[in-house]
This record gives sequence, C-alpha cells and structure tokens, in this order.
Amino acid sequence: MADVEERIRAVLAAHARMPGGVEALDDTADLYAAGMTSHASVNVMLAIEDEFDVEFPERLLRKDTFASVSAIRIALEELLGA
Amino acid sequence: MTVSPARARLRATLVDARVLVPTDAPGVYGRSAGFESVVEGLEGLVLRAGADRPVESVRFPPVLPRTVFEASGYLESFPDLIGSVHTFAGDEASHAALLAAVESGESWTDGLVPADVMLCPAVCHPLYPTCAGTLPAGGRRVEVSGWCFRHEPSEDPFRMQAFRQHDYVALDGPDEARRHRDDWIQRGASLLGRLGLEVEAVAANDPFFGRAGRLLAASQRTQELKLELVARIDDDDPPVALCSANSHLDHFALTFGIATADGEVAHTSCFGFGLDRITLALLARHGPDPDRWPAAVRSALWP
Repeated sequence: MADVEERIRAVLAAHARMPGGVEALDDTADLYAAGMTSHASVNVMLAIEDEFDVEFPERLLRKDTFASVSAIRIALEELLGA
Repeated sequence: MTVSPARARLRATLVDARVLVPTDAPGVYGRSAGFESVVEGLEGLVLRAGADRPVESVRFPPVLPRTVFEASGYLESFPDLIGSVHTFAGDEASHAALLAAVESGESWTDGLVPADVMLCPAVCHPLYPTCAGTLPAGGRRVEVSGWCFRHEPSEDPFRMQAFRQHDYVALDGPDEARRHRDDWIQRGASLLGRLGLEVEAVAANDPFFGRAGRLLAASQRTQELKLELVARIDDDDPPVALCSANSHLDHFALTFGIATADGEVAHTSCFGFGLDRITLALLARHGPDPDRWPAAVRSALWP
C-alpha cells in the first residue's frame, strides 16, 4: 500500500491547502486540525476519486472519511477491494 | 415539485381568503394587508427581543454587488439557488431583434448581459464586506432585515422564492460569536412560544449542491454549525424551520478581512427569523384571520 499512501499524500499536497503542508504529518494526524477546511476536503475527495478512479458512496461522504491519511487509505482499500 | 395534501389545503385556504395572491411564478406571492400587519408586528417583537443590548441597525436593498456575491462562496455551494440580474445593453437593431423574439415566442434572454448585482440570497451577506478592518473591543452586533431570493419554485407556501429574514449578526471572537448564536436560540424559542408556536432546536444542514455538497452537509452537521428552530405544521410534512442559527466560523472574516480588536481573525454568526414562514405558521395554527387570533398572541404582536 506504500504506493497508495504516496498518491494520497500527493493529492493532499495539491488540494488540502494546509498551512504546514502534508510532509510533516504522520498517517494518523488530523488533517482538519492541520488546517484543511470543509471546502478543501471536498476538493480532496474529488481529486482522490479522480486519482483512483473510484466514487465514494453516500455512506462514506462524511467528515471522518477524510480526517487523516490512514482514514482515506482505509476507505480506499474498501472501495478498491484490496 | 409535488406538495402534500395538507400544504395544498393550506395554500388553497390562504389564496381563497386573498391572504396570499398567487402570480405566474410558483412561490412568488402578493401579500394581503393582514399578512403584512403580522410581519410588521413580528418585526417589532423581534426588535424588542434584542432591545436590552446595544445593537447597530442597517437595511440593504434585496440586491448585492456581484463582487460580494462571488467572494461569499455562495456559487460554490448553492449554484442551483442563485438569482442573477441581467439587463439589456445593445443598440437599436438588437433591441428590435429582441422584441421580435419576444413577439414570436422565441427565447429573448440570450442577448442580455449580467448587471453588476445579484439577488440577495441571505439578508446578512451584504453586511460582511462593510465590516472589513478591525472590530472595536467587544466586537459588533448588527441587526439586518430584508428580502432574500432562492430559486426553489414550489407550490408549498412555506417554500417561497422571495421571502424576508430578520437577522441578528455577531462579529467578534470565536467564543463570543458562538455564544451570540446560542443565546439567540433561547430568545427565539421563547419569542415563538409566546406566539403559540412550539419549536424544537435541531441540528440542520444547508442544501449544498451535488455529491461534494453531501460531504459539506455532513461536515456542517457534525460540527453543529447550523441549528434550526422547527415547528410541526401538519402531520403530512416534516417540521418546518422558522428560525436558523448559523456559525460561519472564520469564513466571512477571512473572505472580507475582518479582525478582532486584538488582531486575530474574527468569527461571525447569525440568528435569523424567517418572517414570512413564521407568519404562515401563525396563519396555519390560529386561522387565516389575524383579528380572531388568541388575545395573548395579538398582544404580543401588537402591544
């Protein structure tokens, strides 16, 4: 899953607009606490869908789904059937 | 959009009594003198409810500058609800072509150009850019009242396209802005209780557009950024929001450059009374003739 994590981090670097960036954050760090706004999380969601060619179902369209690198990875694993 | 039998009956009662005068556009009504006297009574009651603390007052027209609209973020979240004002800026030849298109029933609006205003979607939006800069110590409290437009054509009288809000807005530190909102939830519920309207405060979300909007709505609910005072009007429909209490966090302050006296980014919040909806709820509860409403309700509205 290393590759998946790298791709998630690339999406976050491009779209999460966190003042301190994503590099310094570990996988479980709270992205909202790091400054990602709700509107930025929407762009992250759309970019993740694009990057991995998936569509988040309604039940995953929650704040928690995008709260950390590992939360996004867990949601993706489920969608990709990994 | 289909409407429940109860709402269809309410609409028919109010239209038959000439309290609401329907027009060709769904959700756009004329109001009777009786309806307006209730709205005026409500305005007075709302002002008295906030009269124990200093508050500034300002009234804006029902349009706001396109620049303010673009900055507000409304287009990102609610593109399907907006109302854009367009005008004609052509020459005599294109005027003749436009009239010919109208005459023949063809589309005539293609030749229009956007004016520099939009219809106001929320009564507090024109206020924020006028508060740019540093707030005084203790922040600012401002009450605003006026017309809003949302493109939601419906036969449900509770869902009008053009309606009035009366808002109490706080521009202050994070805790103070939150307290303002929560304090007004209590005041609003007590005001509506005096009018015989039992309400409940519930977490709510705005109708954000599209799939991205579902995430925004979920986020808004999780953080309890929006609470509504809702009342059950009939058994066919979910309860109706009569008042809305919103925490904007630093959204408007960041957008328009509003700082607290100690130099931090301010927070804003608002509490809005839906004047037309409250009037409709009163008409549904107490009957179409305000002269025959309970004495306690009448004396609260018209002391």
